[in-house]
Amino acid sequence: MDFGFTTAVYVVAAILFILSLGGLSGQESAKRAVWYGIVGMALAVAATLIGPGSGYWLLSIILIAGGGIIGYQLATKVQMTQMPELVAAMHSLVGLAAVFVGLIAHFEIGRVGGYLASGGDPKELGTFAALIAKKGAVEINILRVELFLGVFIGAVTFTGSVIAYGKLAGRVTSVAQKLPGGHVLNAGAAAISLLTLVWYFNTGGFLPLFIMTLCALFIGYHLIMGIGGADMPVVVSMLNSYSGWAAAAIGFSLGNDLLIVVGALVGSSGAILSYIMCKAMNRSFVSVILGGFGGPAGEQMAVEGEQIAIEADGVAQALNEADSVIIIPGYGMAVAQAQQAVSELVKKLRAQGKNVRFAIHPVAGRLPGHMNVLLAEAKVPYDIVMEMDEINEDFPKTDVVIVIGSNDIVNPAAQDDPNSPIAGMPVLECWKAKTVFVSKRGQGTGYSGIENPLFFKENTRMFYGDAKQSLDKLLPLIE
Amino acid sequence: MKIGTPKEVFEGERRVAMTPESAGQLQKLGHDCLIEAGAGALSGFDDTAYEKAGVTVVKTAAALWQEADVLAKVRAPDDAEMGMLRADQTLISFFSPVADEAKMQAAAEKGATVVAMEMIPRISRAQKMDALSSMANIAGYRAVIEAGNNFGRFFTGQITAAGKVPPAKVLVVGAGVAGLAAIGTATSLGAITYAFDVRPEVAEQVESMGAEFVYLDFEEEQQDGSSSGGYASVSSPEFREAQLAKFRELAPDIDIVITTALIPNREAPELWTEDMVKAMKPGSVIVDLAAEKGGNCKLTVPDEKIVTENGVTIIGYTDFPSRMGAQASTLYSTNIRHLLTDLTPDKDGVINHNMDDDVIRGATIAHASDVTFPPPPPKIAAIAAAPKKEKAKELTVAEKKANEVAAFKAQTKSQVTLLAVGGAVLLAVGLVAPASFMQHFIVFVLSVFIGFQVIWGVAHSLHTPLMAVTNAISSIIILGALMQIGSGSALVIILAALSVFMCGINIFGGFLVTRRMLAMFQKS
Repeated sequence: MDFGFTTAVYVVAAILFILSLGGLSGQESAKRAVWYGIVGMALAVAATLIGPGSGYWLLSIILIAGGGIIGYQLATKVQMTQMPELVAAMHSLVGLAAVFVGLIAHFEIGRVGGYLASGGDPKELGTFAALIAKKGAVEINILRVELFLGVFIGAVTFTGSVIAYGKLAGRVTSVAQKLPGGHVLNAGAAAISLLTLVWYFNTGGFLPLFIMTLCALFIGYHLIMGIGGADMPVVVSMLNSYSGWAAAAIGFSLGNDLLIVVGALVGSSGAILSYIMCKAMNRSFVSVILGGFGGPAGEQMAVEGEQIAIEADGVAQALNEADSVIIIPGYGMAVAQAQQAVSELVKKLRAQGKNVRFAIHPVAGRLPGHMNVLLAEAKVPYDIVMEMDEINEDFPKTDVVIVIGSNDIVNPAAQDDPNSPIAGMPVLECWKAKTVFVSKRGQGTGYSGIENPLFFKENTRMFYGDAKQSLDKLLPLIE
Repeated sequence: MKIGTPKEVFEGERRVAMTPESAGQLQKLGHDCLIEAGAGALSGFDDTAYEKAGVTVVKTAAALWQEADVLAKVRAPDDAEMGMLRADQTLISFFSPVADEAKMQAAAEKGATVVAMEMIPRISRAQKMDALSSMANIAGYRAVIEAGNNFGRFFTGQITAAGKVPPAKVLVVGAGVAGLAAIGTATSLGAITYAFDVRPEVAEQVESMGAEFVYLDFEEEQQDGSSSGGYASVSSPEFREAQLAKFRELAPDIDIVITTALIPNREAPELWTEDMVKAMKPGSVIVDLAAEKGGNCKLTVPDEKIVTENGVTIIGYTDFPSRMGAQASTLYSTNIRHLLTDLTPDKDGVINHNMDDDVIRGATIAHASDVTFPPPPPKIAAIAAAPKKEKAKELTVAEKKANEVAAFKAQTKSQVTLLAVGGAVLLAVGLVAPASFMQHFIVFVLSVFIGFQVIWGVAHSLHTPLMAVTNAISSIIILGALMQIGSGSALVIILAALSVFMCGINIFGGFLVTRRMLAMFQKS
């Protein structure tokens, strides 16, 4: 088949991919946009199979179909609360695939070199091998650097995503942990990788590539182990970005523009998401990746007052009397699987003609946009789910705010206490409302380990207990 | 321990420090309760109600003072009562360590413990026992009611068949607890309410109660209340002048003035001068809640109601809380009950007078044969110091324009720098890299560019679907595996096949889960 045709299909696919990302600007256009992505992917795969693909069509199709069945199972069975795990797991697959493809490229360079040296005919080589055969010495060297990079990023993505998956699924402790030596180990591994690059560049042997792969795997593992649970939105979007850059690097080594285009799109998408998340926590990307909150800059304000508990009947009474209600969900709602109960509550309150809305902080949950998906699953209409910037000014006019399973994102210390570790982080100013109810399991601190003065405010009442059980107690009391 | 409450001996005092309800709570702490016969009568609690609540009614004051271990009362003890106070007793009451210094000395010499209710520190934890606040709240409410009683018109504006009635204009000076209560009462009666306070940070509270805060045209930085434990402090002469000028301007319009301005341990500042009273309309009412400390208006006569020559009524009662005996007793006895709860940490009926506790230490003025006043400063600040807020300067048009131009220039500069650096890097790469690489490199750079442009437009609520869909399309790496699968050794085939398989999972999984998520987003 003519390669010109393949390139044409690639252009179409690239445009479709761009459209499919662009379509996500709105809920309705997104439903159409996802089809662009699907069609683009189908076109790209089909064109590759009949174009530059190198035989084994049947095997390839069977494998894709097999993978498709597993993918289908995953996609239909997954709970929305488990989305962060699924996303992390899928990143690891991309990373691993990038490592494999990079390694293959390495083997092929060796094989083609040997083949040509022994006087073989380049025309009898497979498509990819033929491509290599045409390259000059400089180009082969560049190719090596490219595939080296691809393998490196892929390997970091792979172990990083596996650990992120483990942390999100609760199989690995979500506490930040580092091996003795901390970031020196990471820096050491990175330095070794750099050395092996030089070594590999000069010799083209398998050993340096292999050593580097091990180092990269270690970096991915150790870097993510050192990052705590609530920083996961940044980590997951960072890994998302890496998987894109890995694809782009592999695209360079294979000379495939579509891979480069898509890799660059995905890479920049992940980078922007990481940026948004970091901004929402008022922390620099580096400080998140290097893990842990820095120590406080000085003496923190002492929290003063006491936490006043309240029972379901008190909350119900306040809700029955309120005209406007804002609900602030956080990761705790996802943990307690309380989104259905929340949705029920909202339905009842709205049926009484009350103005009920949700306020979503960008880093609520463990994945960018996590809360939106959970609420959407529970059939909460998206037009009452507001972003922080849209709703922050409305709190003083609000009668009741219910905080469900969030902590740091509603911490007034971020604004009041310049010495707080989260000082300057944009927060939802719920304490300006007339009454705030905080549904919380116990008196513990949030992820950052700092006291939340909100809980001690005069207009705050603590509604202790598991979020779901608390709401279930509350529901029958709402008239 | 036996907690006893005698009948108040101060003339006209209606309040009582223990109600049947608070007695029930005190018994839960393991205490026994005693009350002098008839102590609650003026507040509407008769002896049978106390008996029903399990309180022992004692016939005489002497017997009660004899029997009780802890005495809870409202007013500071008079000389006769001081005579009955014993070494091992604890007295809880209002007890000014300044005005009643001699009594404080006497109590300390006897070895009795005295807890003064007005010395409870103003920190959040102690609010539930802050009797000054609960009494001030009543005083503020009652002040408006008394004013209404002496004011010949409606508070609220009405349009009736018999003509139009303008709403009353009320000015509340001093927005402490009493002031805020007065504001709340006046606005809920329908009056147009103005309020003034030297602490600018209370403006928000005032406005939240529905009144209009009277701002001064004054340059000097006004001190906030956080440095003085939440109370107002003395202001500079210039500030005072500005303040009086403002009041003078308001006086002819105001129907009711309620002054509540007090500075701890000082005579009340004069805020409503004679000429302001003269400027007011006949029929207007002034309620001076600071009458006990000399009054915010010099014409005020403590404990009396007078009418000036120009027909302005000035009320100088000092017993507002007592005038609402039932309400005041309920709140005061609850304050006492909370204090005793803190004094009985183990709920075993044993008083543990913990002098390390900020609240207990602060309120105790005599203990273990020593005068323990003044207390050391509390370990925690009463009110967190408000971070100094830089007031945004009003910019002139020229400044705004200059700023805009500067911002535009800065933006241009950063953009040009970025482009120049980017271009230089591209050129540098182009110098060494072969043409085949540069072709791909250009595609890469443009794609990153497009990516950035497109992703900024994505709705925040769709970030999770975005991640799922980028996940699916990053499996485009399958193309690489497909190109390689047929070439070369078994190892290559196996690795490539694995890659194809994994990408297959990802493509289907990613797109399907995205579709599933997007389908959930429903409009209401």
